[in-house]
Amino acid sequence: MSVVIIGGGQAGIQAADTLRSEGYGGKIDIVAKEAGLPYQRPPLSKDYLAPGKQAVPLPVRGPSFFNDKDITLHQSVQALAIDRVQRKVQLSRQSLDYDYVVLATGARNRILDCPGASLPGIHGLKTLADAEALHAALPGARNVVIIGAGFIGLEFAAAALAHGCNVTVLEFAPRPMGRALTPVMSDWFADMHRSQGVNLRLGEGIDRFKSATDGRVGAAVSTAGVSYPADLVLVGIGVEPNDSLAVEAGLETSNGIVVDGSLRTVDPAILAVGDCASFPSVHAQARLRLESVQNAADQARHAARTILGANEPYAELPWFWSTQGPYRLQMAGLAGPKDDTLVLGDKTGGKFSVLCFRGGILVAVESVNMAGDHMAARRLLTAGAGITRAEAESEGFTLKAVAKTLKVPVPA
Amino acid sequence: MPSVTYTQPDGSQQTLEVKEGTTLMRAAVSNGIDGIIGECGGQAMCATCHVYVRPEYADALPGMSDDEDEMLDCATAERLDRSRLACQIRIDAELAEIVVDIPPAQL
Repeated sequence: MSVVIIGGGQAGIQAADTLRSEGYGGKIDIVAKEAGLPYQRPPLSKDYLAPGKQAVPLPVRGPSFFNDKDITLHQSVQALAIDRVQRKVQLSRQSLDYDYVVLATGARNRILDCPGASLPGIHGLKTLADAEALHAALPGARNVVIIGAGFIGLEFAAAALAHGCNVTVLEFAPRPMGRALTPVMSDWFADMHRSQGVNLRLGEGIDRFKSATDGRVGAAVSTAGVSYPADLVLVGIGVEPNDSLAVEAGLETSNGIVVDGSLRTVDPAILAVGDCASFPSVHAQARLRLESVQNAADQARHAARTILGANEPYAELPWFWSTQGPYRLQMAGLAGPKDDTLVLGDKTGGKFSVLCFRGGILVAVESVNMAGDHMAARRLLTAGAGITRAEAESEGFTLKAVAKTLKVPVPA
Repeated sequence: MPSVTYTQPDGSQQTLEVKEGTTLMRAAVSNGIDGIIGECGGQAMCATCHVYVRPEYADALPGMSDDEDEMLDCATAERLDRSRLACQIRIDAELAEIVVDIPPAQL
């Protein structure tokens, strides 16, 4: 038997690891587009860019892993096509026979399309090479403009501020990180970044870039017509799933590669996991695509088990984190824009949680510098504890205390 | 160069030479030590690099942040007095020959 995994990120490596550790004895090939050992991406926008930190990538697994587990890692190799009839994955110089394919192709940065968007000095942040370029550029930068107040943009804003730069963030939407956070949390982060010195411009997008006399980027002109001086620009306007292989192979895609609850595509020999997969979420009661380490790793484990014969629907609780300056944001479950919210803790002091209720029941928790709340929320939501708003409002209620009464294993 | 010895639940040991300033988690992940995952990349966010530090090294350890403390409360394997997150411990001269035990589970 033979499994070909396309993608050398967290999801691809985890799928291979779980296949091996749970007894799969056949051939495993991982086709990785990037050179070098697969590395962890989350630190690239955080520790990696902090002043004075040594910029050493953290591998997803060490170099001995691939030999030890008898996994073939094809580095700097692109998968060109999947032949579903012959069951072959075509690479540039060879083809690989398969019984199963796991698509773990990830996502790519959305490209900004405005005048001047390709001037030198304008960066994206997705790969190690991107992070290396920013790490090198930051110490000499003065005026940093960031396009997009999402997680990447605001993590970078905090890093640039720590380097002593003037930082402006342009965000077309009315709130930062508005797609993922409740308004109360989003507003708190807006205030926090402003109090730290970030010039956060909401409801103001990018119109065009102007070049300086040296031909590099010199200013960013916003949709409000304001020109912000810029010698370093980061564009962080979201990602798009890498689904072209799937499209060309005739698989269904719709904001990602469409899979069922077992993470199979319409072709049961082809599965998709992580950032590239659109899956039916039991937590959202809707089809969605998530961009997180948790989703990548848990779906990879699940897909490996599907290949090994399991037939459970994927149901892991989504969780996510971001560090922005001195604040650690952790999210358990999926908050919705219309959720009823309750704040517990010290909002002014930057140590609090936002509880989200839908239909009167706790469905998600966002925490700032409250790791205990976050971990308790993961346990409670995984167990389906069904906490009501009335319970949460009662005297002396804490997530940690309720979680301690649960007799369930701690989630992964 | 400092060394770190990782003890598996079955008692087997592996000793690594580690550059000063490297964390216990990074050294383990980079060298394929089973049982230390570090899924969040060393941010004290996932509690999958839980280790038990041998008591004789306790005094030389860096202090524990509230975050680490709270994450350890929820680690999969039982929390002991000598529990730490390996991503929060940088190897320095004082920890030059540290020995840690890997718990039976991280997930």
